[in-house]
Amino acid sequence: MNLEPTEEQKAIIAQVRRFVREEIVPLEDKLDPDASELAADDYARLVAKVKAMGLYGLDIPADFGGPGIDMTTRVLLAIEMGQHRAGIYAPCYGVFGTAGLAQLYEATEEQKEKYLRPMLRGEKKGFFGLTEPSGGSDPARAIRTRAVKSNDGWVINGSKVFISGADKADFGLVFARTDPERGRGGVTCFIVETSNPGFHVRRIVHTLRSSHYATELSFTDMKVSDSAILGTLNNGFAIANERLSRQRIPYAAQCLAPAYKAHEMALDYAKQRETFGAVLASRQAIQWMLVDNEIDLRQSTLMCLAAAAKCDRNEPFRMEAGLAKIVASEAAGRIVDRSMQIFGGYGMTKDFPFERWYRELRIRRVGEGPNEVQRHVVARDLLGSGLK
Amino acid sequence: MAIRMTKPWTPLTPDTVKKLTGQMGVYQFADSKGDCVFIGFAGGRSLFGLRGEVEKALTAPPEGATQFRVEVNQQYTTRYQELLMVHVHDHGDVPAGNKGKPLPQLGRLSPA
Repeated sequence: MNLEPTEEQKAIIAQVRRFVREEIVPLEDKLDPDASELAADDYARLVAKVKAMGLYGLDIPADFGGPGIDMTTRVLLAIEMGQHRAGIYAPCYGVFGTAGLAQLYEATEEQKEKYLRPMLRGEKKGFFGLTEPSGGSDPARAIRTRAVKSNDGWVINGSKVFISGADKADFGLVFARTDPERGRGGVTCFIVETSNPGFHVRRIVHTLRSSHYATELSFTDMKVSDSAILGTLNNGFAIANERLSRQRIPYAAQCLAPAYKAHEMALDYAKQRETFGAVLASRQAIQWMLVDNEIDLRQSTLMCLAAAAKCDRNEPFRMEAGLAKIVASEAAGRIVDRSMQIFGGYGMTKDFPFERWYRELRIRRVGEGPNEVQRHVVARDLLGSGLK
Repeated sequence: MAIRMTKPWTPLTPDTVKKLTGQMGVYQFADSKGDCVFIGFAGGRSLFGLRGEVEKALTAPPEGATQFRVEVNQQYTTRYQELLMVHVHDHGDVPAGNKGKPLPQLGRLSPA
């Protein structure tokens, strides 16, 4: 096993690191500490730069015009791209583009033409509508939104919550129960246009997160045609699951980006800050915090890379992805917490990025499948699904 | 928390402004009829928070502003966007005082 990045990976990492430090951080220093977007002209200028670097649309498959990078490189880049204040939920403020809704790669040609390709060109935005007020961790049972067959398609009624980007989207994937008798086998994914008169964004759900706020949706007699079904009838759960497993690895790695930065800042500060006639770094209490940071960083980075390597080898990676998500999200929270402690009072202020990282990292233990559910899934893989 | 700010308006005078808190949050200005003419926020870089931001309006108020109200809110960026979107829903556009100023990308809300 070789854990050394390839020469190509090293070059890309160095390029992205320089981009973050020279382009993103100076702009961010002038923004509100809770900002989640750049001024339009800065955004356009940086997107052009990223396109010139050949790294735009990192998660877009090569077949659709993306750079076609492997998961290991994606993990290494996630760790670099998020090393700034907004980096957890808005790495580089989105100038590297997005793959959007990965489920649409499985869409029909007509659906791809109407939604996927405009989305990849940045002309349309989509949202992913799975979680409901009745629960998000167990969508197969929690989904109460109903789609009922009509003469000319389907009529959808229900609600969703914690849905990001729905208020700015042109369309979205809405999971609805089409067969109430069949549990997870009775859920269908519909592509819904937000201009539909039955579609409503009722409110913003304010959370600890400063960027990419969530919304609450309601559907009132929302009529859609048969051609709005993504995949096949009653197969929505598989579509939802595929997305969640695959995105868990870069999601885990993104947690580590601010953790690396926080640790770097804490190391520098500990060497400069003097108390009672000596620098903090000379105190064993501080040294142990820094060593614990280092242990957490190395363990969680290795877990993310191990999951990525399995994914790249086309081997089953669900357990590794779940473990990486648990370890990285929990370790990153501890690292930022210790680093804040080393900074003392200043660590709590909006003058430094720790408080934003501290808040937003807390969500990572719940987002993309709570860590308890991840542990449950790993336990099932370890012990067998027959366990009652 | 109600989606629309419902607190009563306070006259925009030096005496009322100096009593304001220095915390982060959102604020609105209104004309004498109570129609909102500007929505703003006091963020992490605002000197003296809400008091500092509203104080600026004593010397250069948004056109027509004679009264104000504030809401202390740690989630000032998302609350600010929500208030702007609700205003667009209710009145078809952002308040007059926000026009021509940098605005975040706004989505569409249709509150019940």
